[in-house]
Amino acid sequence: MSRAAEHEDTYALACTVNGASIRLDVPNHRTLLDFLRNDLGLIGAKRGCDVQVCGACTVLIDGLPVSACSVLALEAHGRTVETCEGLAQGGRLHVIQQAFVDCGALQCGFCTPGMVMTVRALLAECPNPSESQIVEYLSGNLCRCTGYKKIVEAIHVAARAMAGAGPDRERRRPPARPGG
Amino acid sequence: MLAPFRFHEPRTLWEASEVLLAHGPDAAVYAGGTELLVAMKQGVLRYGHLVNIKRAGADRIVYDAGTRRVAIGATATHRAVERDGEVRSRVPLLADVEARVANVRVRTVGTIGGNLCFAEPRSDVATVLLLHDAAVVLTGRAGSRTLPLASFLVDGYTTDLQAGELLETILVPALPAEAGAAYLKVAFYERPTAGVGVVLVRDPGGDGIVAARIAVGCVGPTPIRVREAERAFAGAPLRGGGFSAACVAAAAALAGRCAPVDDLYGSASYKRHLTGVLVRRAAEQARARLIGREQERE
Repeated sequence: MSRAAEHEDTYALACTVNGASIRLDVPNHRTLLDFLRNDLGLIGAKRGCDVQVCGACTVLIDGLPVSACSVLALEAHGRTVETCEGLAQGGRLHVIQQAFVDCGALQCGFCTPGMVMTVRALLAECPNPSESQIVEYLSGNLCRCTGYKKIVEAIHVAARAMAGAGPDRERRRPPARPGG
Repeated sequence: MLAPFRFHEPRTLWEASEVLLAHGPDAAVYAGGTELLVAMKQGVLRYGHLVNIKRAGADRIVYDAGTRRVAIGATATHRAVERDGEVRSRVPLLADVEARVANVRVRTVGTIGGNLCFAEPRSDVATVLLLHDAAVVLTGRAGSRTLPLASFLVDGYTTDLQAGELLETILVPALPAEAGAAYLKVAFYERPTAGVGVVLVRDPGGDGIVAARIAVGCVGPTPIRVREAERAFAGAPLRGGGFSAACVAAAAALAGRCAPVDDLYGSASYKRHLTGVLVRRAAEQARARLIGREQERE
């Protein structure tokens, strides 16, 4: 009879973060958010509510959105983590980021890293979302500045910019902002 | 801030049971962690050992045509349940409700078994499973047993799980062929304020309701079936004043049976009022689905 593997204090974590291979022994109780912010210096994901309600700490594990504040770092073992720092390439903003800028979809910006990562997951599974699909998917990301209108607008703009575009075109600038 | 703990990764639920028994009350089962880790961060719960059961192969979803039941592994995530083909075709109301649990991040990692074992009084998954007469299979070193979900949910945050026992499978029978079902909730944030589910079963040859199932959740320590409200619909017509009268009687029955508390999301009397509104609307929706199906056939 085999015995359950036991990790006494630390976990030998091996994962990919924004394309880079990471190997690090992390305490079992280290959250993914603390691992990203404190161990890797990736401070894009924010600590907001700390109870999975606000979405400011949203990052992707294997492409799916999670609350980094309430997921153990060890859960990333053998998997791929994406944070907002991984979006821009060669100094060029990702289409989603550019759409947020063009549409003025942020004010204080605290929620924005989580917003753009949630949008990335949304558009990956639903490239042409309806207004109600956007609202439903983003309902767990709170913004206390914008009133959401411009965020929804930015998502439509990003979706249109990414529509039909291959991966190589994904990072191009979206078309001019609607009405602007 | 989380306190340190040892992390166990058993490959079977039997092994998990051994670890739980070895460490007693200092060990907790860990799956999605969506409830557990938040409670531990806030210092409400403290454990020296977490037993991760996500590698124990208890996440499969299988339909059994003989019993017309979908067997859902306890560690299936809300997202997996919501998107599973068998769940969507055999127990579509559960798929609909799973798609609206909390938020997209919680659904990515949170599991249906964790939801039931935490026994949060405001779990709308549990309410909908009660509507389906769901049962749970518990397993451990001492053996396995199956019991109705209603018996498993003992009280708020309290289940019938014994030392070393784990939830393995949730058995969800499909609703009768001639049934229309709906679940409605009022939710300001992640957790609902009130949720009511209604199943109406019609007489295949006539225009009457032969049976009903009504469950209410989030307004008491556990979700409950309200038999008095169910009886109000049995024998009622699908159309006309008799249906409205059944809605009124069901609302009164729910108001009498639920036990809401005053909180930031509303007073107890407001929540009691909500259950009456929700039961009428859910009954109307269930009826519309029945009538819609009838018209499709014509």
